Amino acid sequence: MAEALVFWTLAVLILGLGILVISARSAVHSVLFLVLNFLLVAVLYVTLNAEFVAVIQVLVYAGGIVVLYLFVVMLVSLKKAPERYADPRRLPWTGTLLAGAVLAEVITIAVYSSVSGGGSAAAADGRGFGAGTPFADCGGAVSCNTEQLGWVLYTSYLIPFEVASMLLLVAMIGAIVLAKRHL
Amino acid sequence: MLEITPLHYSLLSAALFMIGVIGVLVRRNVIIIFMSIELILNAVNINLIALSDRLQDLSGQVFVVFVIAVAAAEAAVGLGIVIAFYRNKETVNMDEIQIMRW
Repeated sequence: MAEALVFWTLAVLILGLGILVISARSAVHSVLFLVLNFLLVAVLYVTLNAEFVAVIQVLVYAGGIVVLYLFVVMLVSLKKAPERYADPRRLPWTGTLLAGAVLAEVITIAVYSSVSGGGSAAAADGRGFGAGTPFADCGGAVSCNTEQLGWVLYTSYLIPFEVASMLLLVAMIGAIVLAKRHL
Repeated sequence: MLEITPLHYSLLSAALFMIGVIGVLVRRNVIIIFMSIELILNAVNINLIALSDRLQDLSGQVFVVFVIAVAAAEAAVGLGIVIAFYRNKETVNMDEIQIMRW
């Protein structure tokens, strides 16, 4: 009951804020709605036993990325909002309709596959697919999730982890090269 | 209704994903289009975390960490491009960004 109440509250708020992000007139308002959206998604992660990812979500998304967006919105001072330019080639309602059609399709697939039991059979016997890295039981300690995630990240996923760090390095250098006027 | 299954999370994720897609299709401000892409990545993350909880498998959470790293890289490079473009053209209107079009 409590879980359902939390889920529905969070779902309504997340979707409402998502709609506000894409419909707000001012870009600054969009960024602020985006922060709230990220924070609520972090709360959703906590309810799903993913504490470490929730903390990362708050630190990296709500703390880092959004501040970056806010800086750019402030730097790019526009005399006239881009939405004011009339462009006959752009068909916003067609886009919305197409996205709605795809949404209906995805919902149908999700409901159908959940009703026909595809995929849930593997979960029913209490363990995941394939090799996997199951949650260990450590008596509800708060640091448990972080410890396990660190272990998995530095053993099974060591190579992808290093590749991700290279990606971040390349992105950092690329951003500096792009944004600097004279090197 | 009262019992929350992974299907509920999938539907929430699909709805948030489509909100992001509508943002990309409809808005003209490049910065808001980037924000819509962040919404899309968040929708994917919700799905991964929900299934990780359901299957009791940590791999989903590891993937989310990677998705967040890629999102940070994408935001940095994308906003760098926006700044560079704004310096040259004084606009962030998507319809005027066509210098790469042949």
